[in-house]
Amino acid sequence: MKQRLDRDAIAKRAAKELKDGDYVNLGLGIPNLCALHAVEGVIFHTENGAMGYGPLVRADELEKADFHYHDAIGRFWIPAPGMSCFDVLTSFVMIRSGRMTVILGALQVSQKGDIANWSTGAHGGTIGGAMDLAFGSKRVIVTMDHNTKEGKPRIVRECTYPLTRKECVDLVVTDLAVIEVTPEGLLLKEVAPGWTAEEVQELTEPRLIIAPDLKEIEL
Amino acid sequence: MRNKVFSSFDEAVADIPDGACIGMDSWAIAATPQNLIAALKRKGVKDLTIVTHCFIPMIFSEDKATMPSVLLPQMKKLITPVVGIAHLGGPAFVEEYVERGLEVEQTTIGTMSSRLYAGAARLGGIYNPVGVGTIMEEGKEKRVIDGKDYILEKPIRLDYAFISAHKADKLGNLVYKGVFRGDGPVMAMAADFTIAEVDELLEVGEIDAEHVITAGIFVDRIVEIPEDGLATARKLKEMIYELHSIEPARKLMFG
Repeated sequence: MKQRLDRDAIAKRAAKELKDGDYVNLGLGIPNLCALHAVEGVIFHTENGAMGYGPLVRADELEKADFHYHDAIGRFWIPAPGMSCFDVLTSFVMIRSGRMTVILGALQVSQKGDIANWSTGAHGGTIGGAMDLAFGSKRVIVTMDHNTKEGKPRIVRECTYPLTRKECVDLVVTDLAVIEVTPEGLLLKEVAPGWTAEEVQELTEPRLIIAPDLKEIEL
Repeated sequence: MRNKVFSSFDEAVADIPDGACIGMDSWAIAATPQNLIAALKRKGVKDLTIVTHCFIPMIFSEDKATMPSVLLPQMKKLITPVVGIAHLGGPAFVEEYVERGLEVEQTTIGTMSSRLYAGAARLGGIYNPVGVGTIMEEGKEKRVIDGKDYILEKPIRLDYAFISAHKADKLGNLVYKGVFRGDGPVMAMAADFTIAEVDELLEVGEIDAEHVITAGIFVDRIVEIPEDGLATARKLKEMIYELHSIEPARKLMFG
């Protein structure tokens, strides 16, 4: 079995897209790992009301945890100089402002850049803030598994799961590839080490445009 | 100025009737107005509409921490962006209540804040670009404005808001701490009647005018949380340590 990228590697690659001075929101799952790999000067936002917070409290330093300072899923962080705290109304105005970059997880992404990430439709799901983030970000980066556990494509012609938003994804980083969403279609720019464009195409539903300068993902 | 300070949570909620629409923050257990929720449960009023951020199952016993979901048997309607989380079995825990008639209105976090603001500002509605092309369109009018699609969302007005704040002065001016602000400020403004539970009650003049987040005009009753109350520093710290000792919670929180 050829090696796919693990979660940490996907996060590392996605984090390379973040620049000094970017205001960034990280979704649940793999996106959260991006904080560990981002360059200095990236400013992190948490939906529940803080910007520019410090490092996460590790499990072995629990005494540092202050319950007033945690992220959207309850993880504690250390306040940092320059941090601001605000209410959720303000937080979501920031999210809708077009001033932020978001890294989101996805269940499916379509060839036009639609994203479905809140429900498989089988039973209810939780909407949360993903629709706001998908609408309001100046750049939407998705991290996701290229396939389901059964090997079916998650990059599809049309999403079959309930949509989060249409035509909003800019870049997709999977365990096999880096794909840019363009007006002409999905552009395959990078493949996981040892994988060919053809092999990645086999596991992807829509026809991919192969970049002339296609290369391997470098971490 | 009538006295806003109450010494008992039960007295503070005493005149809330059946059928009331109540907003309360709940983003993380710690930011939740737990004492007021517990008092509302004791009071036993029915047919409530609850507007809250995070509607998840009770994780702790009620003597340790309480959450909006403790009110399920008293509820007629729920408005929320978060019904359950995957790690706790998703929305399944409300299903038996839905079958018995509980109405669940799902929304996005930003939409709920905007609708509360619209209620506070007495707007008739808002044209929302978030949710276009998704389940959020269902049953709602749409409009094209300057070439872009919008969904007409109704404002949310609250009969009551339960606010958890860090400090209050006796005039009801509130300050918050860290991420505990949440939906508190907008809910206090969207409500006809606001009740705040606070860590510390201060004298008039002890809060700098520049630091007031919720002005006292929006606050009707204030109760200081006693030492043996819920959501005290001690209880919250105990909760953190307990969550840390449960493997799946530790992975989620420190992973």
